[in-house]
Amino acid sequence: MTAYLLRRLGTSIIVLIGISIFIFLLLHAIFPSPARDVLGLRANNAQIAAWNASHGFSRPVVEQYLSYMNGILHGNLGYSYSDNQTVASLFAERVARSAYLSGMGLVLAVIIALPLGIFQAAKRNSLGDSALTSLAFILYSMPVFALGLILIQVFALSFPLLSFEASQSTSIWTVIGDWRGMLLPILTLTLISVALFSRYMRSSSIDVLAQDYIKVARAKGLPERLVLMRHMVRNASLPMITLIGLSLPALLAGNLITEYLFNFQGLGLLFFESLGKADYPVLLAYTLVGAVFVVVGNLVADIALTVADPRIRLA
Amino acid sequence: MATGHASLPPLDVTRAPEGGDVGAVRSGWRLALREFSSNRLAVVGVGILVFFVIFCFLGPFFYHGNTLQANLISAHDPPGAGHPLGTDVNGIDILGQLMTGGQAALEIGFFAAFVAITIGALIGAVAGLIGGIVDTALMRVTDVFLSVPFLFVVLILAEKYGASVLSLSLVIGGFSWQVPARLIRGEVLTIRERDFVLAARTAGSGNWRLIRRHLLPNALGVMIVNVTFQVADAILAVAYVGFLGFGLHYPNIDWGDMLSSGTGYLTDGYWWLIWPVLTCIVLTVMALNFIGDALRDSMDVRLRRR
Repeated sequence: MTAYLLRRLGTSIIVLIGISIFIFLLLHAIFPSPARDVLGLRANNAQIAAWNASHGFSRPVVEQYLSYMNGILHGNLGYSYSDNQTVASLFAERVARSAYLSGMGLVLAVIIALPLGIFQAAKRNSLGDSALTSLAFILYSMPVFALGLILIQVFALSFPLLSFEASQSTSIWTVIGDWRGMLLPILTLTLISVALFSRYMRSSSIDVLAQDYIKVARAKGLPERLVLMRHMVRNASLPMITLIGLSLPALLAGNLITEYLFNFQGLGLLFFESLGKADYPVLLAYTLVGAVFVVVGNLVADIALTVADPRIRLA
Repeated sequence: MATGHASLPPLDVTRAPEGGDVGAVRSGWRLALREFSSNRLAVVGVGILVFFVIFCFLGPFFYHGNTLQANLISAHDPPGAGHPLGTDVNGIDILGQLMTGGQAALEIGFFAAFVAITIGALIGAVAGLIGGIVDTALMRVTDVFLSVPFLFVVLILAEKYGASVLSLSLVIGGFSWQVPARLIRGEVLTIRERDFVLAARTAGSGNWRLIRRHLLPNALGVMIVNVTFQVADAILAVAYVGFLGFGLHYPNIDWGDMLSSGTGYLTDGYWWLIWPVLTCIVLTVMALNFIGDALRDSMDVRLRRR
């Protein structure tokens, strides 16, 4: 198992290095230097060259990459010239809000999808199963913003129970307390993931129900409820660990769209605003952080799976 | 299941099949088709897709809505005579815009899927066939691209190079090949061990010929299924990009753009700016997902009802 974990860790590090090279080169090719934005349209070429030289933007690309990575490893994510602030402090202001929104979305999605999938597998091909499958299919084909717009129309406009704008507070505790503002964004993210998770949970439960040990449990006269609770749930939930890891890029994307739709001042909205301002240090840093989040998330999911499933430990 | 050799074309010696039995392949496809058309959802999906293709590409020949000229006197007209689905903030006809917007969405969807499957097939086939260090390297590259947040990179590139159907397709397709690459590599790994590949190799086929004539044609089922989902995902991606305002620019438009401008009037009750286009996006994507699911079921022999 140690060998497996080491190998898995090694691949992750290689992939992380590859990602950082790729994203850095991509953004460097699109946007070699912020000099023009800092100095304005009237700056001449000599001034720009001088600014580039004094801020390190005239060095060879490899050198710029290495110094950027050195900064990242020391917690320096770069400097946003258009916000006149370090990228790290921009992120620090908003990370709790995004973590709350996406974390709640993910946790609620798992809490709802697990029983839903098990119910569908246990009552396979019943009316309830078909209805839930169709609903999941519709949700699954729906862009995040479509679902968000429907929820806004129904719960904030037609029946004004909730707010169509997310909480604007800078204090995370106020944000958490403002459930009228946060319920719709969280629900949007949750429902999108529920559609995916419950589909997988249903089919993995159906797979498990076909196993011999379930037949044995039923043959020895165990009530169906206990067959499901003791023998099926834990086995059927295992693929969910991997699936959660794999769904992280979609979660990041969903977070971006949801924050935009509900005007929630988190990292996704920061990314969107930086896109409009062509604030490349922020774009670079957030894309990198997102990629690291995905890689680390998948690594954690794989490790969690080896811990949870003894069959993998032997491999 | 033999359908008789009467239906086969006369044998052309120069193009004689090199591996597998042509008759068997043909009836295999026919079985898959029969399985596919017995799936009710799949037929509905094909119907919806055909409807949208006709609506978007042939519709403008029969319905001439004003999609180019601003006409502020008839801005925000509700659906009624002259404008079956109303007008937007500039007095542009929504129904006509739905058609042109759908053209862009479908074109980008199919073209991006084509780009993705082409890159994916090449990388997957080369990695699977050659193996060893090439395989490892290509798969790590694939891992890198899998972990790069798709929407972020596409948005950054669209912000810089967006604004045309071609560039958006290339950007979306260029970052969607990872899954097909892995799938096709997996297929190739099993196909390359089969006897007909050995026979072709013995007869002197090089790697490129093996990939082109033997491996990819036999992985075609997997590729077709994946392309369907790729089209759906690309249509969604372009809708996201358009919704965030980084899609096509006037006079070109796609469904995401329309929705983006309509969302601003959500609280004003101009429902015709939002719900028709939303329905178009969701129905098209859903239809493609139906078709993809049914294709997967019909291609997979194990799932087939006998």
